[in-house]
Amino acid sequence: MAESGTQDLLDLDELRAENGLTGRRHLLSLLVENRPGVLARIAGLFSRRGFNIDTLAVGPTEDPDISRVTLTVDGAVHPIDQVTKQLHKLVNVIKIRDMEPDKTVAREMALFRINAAADNRAEIIEFTQIFRAHIVDVSRRSITVEVTGTTEKIDSFERMVRPHGLIEMARTGEVAIVRARPES
Amino acid sequence: MRAADALCEALNAEGVKHVFGIPGGASLPLYDALYDASFEHVQVRHEQAAGHAAEGYAKASGKVGVAFATSGPGATNLVTAIADAHMDSVPTVFITGQVRTDLIGTDGFQEADVTGITMPIVKHSFLVTDPAQIPDYIHKAFHIAKSGRPGPVLVDIPQDLSRMEIDYEPITGAPKLPGYQPNTEGNIKQIRIAAKALANSRRPVLYAGGGVINADASEELRELAASDRFPVTCTLMGLGAFPAPDEQWLGMLGMHGTRTANYSMDEADLIVAIGARFDDRITGKLSEFAPRAKFVHIDIDPAEISKNVPAHIPIVGDVKKVLPKLTGEYRALAADSSRLDEWWRRIEGWREQYPLHYEDTTDQEIKPQRMVEEMYRATGGDAIITSDVGQHQMWAAQYYHFAKPRRWLNSGGLGTMGFGLPAAIGAKVAMPDEQVVCLAGDGSLIMVCQEFATAAANDLDVKVFLMNNGHFGMVRQWQELFWDERYKSVEMGPSPDWVKLAEAFGWTGILCDSKDELAGAMKSALETEGPVLLDVRVTPNENCYPMIPAGAAARDMVG
Repeated sequence: MAESGTQDLLDLDELRAENGLTGRRHLLSLLVENRPGVLARIAGLFSRRGFNIDTLAVGPTEDPDISRVTLTVDGAVHPIDQVTKQLHKLVNVIKIRDMEPDKTVAREMALFRINAAADNRAEIIEFTQIFRAHIVDVSRRSITVEVTGTTEKIDSFERMVRPHGLIEMARTGEVAIVRARPES
Repeated sequence: MRAADALCEALNAEGVKHVFGIPGGASLPLYDALYDASFEHVQVRHEQAAGHAAEGYAKASGKVGVAFATSGPGATNLVTAIADAHMDSVPTVFITGQVRTDLIGTDGFQEADVTGITMPIVKHSFLVTDPAQIPDYIHKAFHIAKSGRPGPVLVDIPQDLSRMEIDYEPITGAPKLPGYQPNTEGNIKQIRIAAKALANSRRPVLYAGGGVINADASEELRELAASDRFPVTCTLMGLGAFPAPDEQWLGMLGMHGTRTANYSMDEADLIVAIGARFDDRITGKLSEFAPRAKFVHIDIDPAEISKNVPAHIPIVGDVKKVLPKLTGEYRALAADSSRLDEWWRRIEGWREQYPLHYEDTTDQEIKPQRMVEEMYRATGGDAIITSDVGQHQMWAAQYYHFAKPRRWLNSGGLGTMGFGLPAAIGAKVAMPDEQVVCLAGDGSLIMVCQEFATAAANDLDVKVFLMNNGHFGMVRQWQELFWDERYKSVEMGPSPDWVKLAEAFGWTGILCDSKDELAGAMKSALETEGPVLLDVRVTPNENCYPMIPAGAAARDMVG
């Protein structure tokens, strides 16, 4: 339909515009220049435009001049397209990838300090084993567990241990990387 | 070479001829370097005016405007101008002195985190941490300020660093900015679809904004319009991008636009937005904006596309490059022009029924609209007009029929009162051979009246035509129409004697309060050498019409 000068019709009624809402959670992976103030620019952009960041993780990459920012945004509330385009306007943001769920390996780490008196200690340890988590600290009254996995796995671990008395929780937010293609 | 001297060399290399500013403690090394610089420094009387002058300079000439300020209050005084330049996409570079690096973070004397403060209102900013960065940062700042969608760039330089010695080597070639590559070409497939949409449209409107002027694409816009009698309307920022005397011109659109323009948008089946951003002053009630239309949106800033109004055919690119392609593709389709006949009959009907009008007085009282009409005649319609913000600005937009780009310099997005006089100063510095007239409001002018001194000290032949109605007129109008006439703090009270005030600064002051004398007063103001203030007393409570009340739809225009 896009040949120059051809007379085929284009019915205006058939034109559609997207509102940009995808209805799902998006994981954005940003490569940014490793400079002071870059994170402030990103955070400032989100607050100024009224976008909400669900999780945020920042760290170095294989290149010392470049950092990776991984953040999750709710695409049901914010037009993801608008979020990424605004981020692209930041001069220090080099690349943005909207990670496709089935082509992405994403992991989050969390630490849970859980009430562990004598009567429920065994159960906590059992959960830890089921979730392939690790006990990293222990005291007379509590156990601290490190869980790594998908966000859903950490959510369900939280649901399991919360009734036992969740004293404190710290989550890193997801980091992600593109899945390698199968060797052909 | 001393870093401050390298800064001047770098500015020189960027082709800078004038900068505006005020010195201070943290910028002493910079001003010491300016002593020997080959470009001129225009000393203003308040940093905000330095910023607006830089904007006026940029808007009138298309070159990058530059302003200097010292740290702390000098830098914070620039903030309004930086925000203004950001909203209206004005290519500007702001250079601020910062306290010494050992004082940063200690709440030192005249310390303010200006890069932090301005982060949401700059296109980009640089905080110098190593003096050797200075030439590179200046090179990058100019590139970013003027390319893509233009905007303000701030460079903050700690005082101790600007005194250090560096190895200066002139920088040439494109700066290395891996995260900054504006797309300028426009996707040809999308352009072809847009051309087809135009060919199949029966009620098209071209809606052009300030982006056309920024891109110097007025000629290209005219070509597209001429390819098939497409009706054209412009935003406040786009006035002059299309010649108002042209018969395809519908007038300005938006809150105080013409009924013809707004009704055309309301009934259009295809709107081609060109370097415009669907501001709320254009759309009114968003859900009822142009309900029958499909949208082609051409803009160099991808983030503008579908930001407020979802685009059916988005085209990211420089309008100067996209428009000729669109015109070419459209012409190749050889569409039947007669399909637009009915649309033009409709438009002609609105034109006849709803021309811009006001009721002139029968006595000597001067209506503000009459003042603008008289000003149009007196200047031959060809002056560079700057304005403040408010009723007078809207009347100028309605009654001064701009025929060329870069003739209408005003603050549209931020709506900054006090923009007019310093912008006129900047414009006159940039274009010394052009007639520069500031149409000022009395509420606005008093906010920047210290700048009379700048014009006098620099022998700048600017004219200020003061539309003196004794009020913050637009606010008064809103209180009258929408707040039950509960007038609060909108009367200016005992105004200064403007003629004496002007004379105190070394200007010529002229008073005019009668209609018969208006033309003569304007003529003599324009013919008098040097800066002149013409104080025109106009009807104090005239309202600006027509108007789309805030939050209403275009078809609900009043007045």
